[in-house]
Amino acid sequence: MDQLRRTFLKSAGVAGSVVFAISAGLLKSGEVLAAAWNTAAFGAKNISDAMSGAGFAGAAESKDIEIKAPEIAENGAVVPVEATSKIPGTTSMAIFVEKNPTPMVASFEFMNGTEPYISTRIKMGQTSLVRVAVKAGGKTYMASKEVKVTIGGCGG
Amino acid sequence: MAEGMKMRAALQGDVAEVKVLMSHPMEPGTRKDAKTDKLVPAHFINEVVTTLNGKAIMEAQWGGAISKNPFLGFKVKGVKAGDKIAINAVDNLGNKFDGEVAVA
Repeated sequence: MDQLRRTFLKSAGVAGSVVFAISAGLLKSGEVLAAAWNTAAFGAKNISDAMSGAGFAGAAESKDIEIKAPEIAENGAVVPVEATSKIPGTTSMAIFVEKNPTPMVASFEFMNGTEPYISTRIKMGQTSLVRVAVKAGGKTYMASKEVKVTIGGCGG
Repeated sequence: MAEGMKMRAALQGDVAEVKVLMSHPMEPGTRKDAKTDKLVPAHFINEVVTTLNGKAIMEAQWGGAISKNPFLGFKVKGVKAGDKIAINAVDNLGNKFDGEVAVA
């Protein structure tokens, strides 16, 4: 469904078709630029399905992605994570927690001069690798960092 | 429930470091209520769009694994004092949350 909508948008190209899509109720007005929420990637139960669902299958390890996160998180419900990509031309970034029941945490698209940097707080069910993947120049890259969790943050 | 959105945008050179704190339960839909033993329904912000003077600068999709009362920090280049940075967020139930700050 999402894929369909995206493909449709890509192939639509001309403004007329987009207007048609809005009037046909396929798109909510004001949402034309935003991609549909990636149900497949967010619903995936393992890291490889989540990554390929988000378009990061086969991402190459890179030392130019910096992940700042605590070595040990006492509270898995609130784990601060900061990620920076030093890879030129980075246009998007996604955060995954390998051992969470659904590993995909978030994705970010950067445009018009926004730096490939994100700082946020995430939930972790248990000790796991936190993985940050980026897209740059049509290629995908990733880096991982282990965070030890003393109290899990998914069961509340 | 979740009207509060605190924003700050601090300028260093021509880069604004934006920090946002939203007020939202961020229920992933996988947590059981301790009393009723029933799953608490999913309720989380899943789409975030940020703009600089009305132009899109960053778009995010979130899952339920972003912590309760989400924090978001990002950096925008080519910014001057007085520029307006705004955020529009939507949760999975269709509730909308907005915030705007002038860069200082």
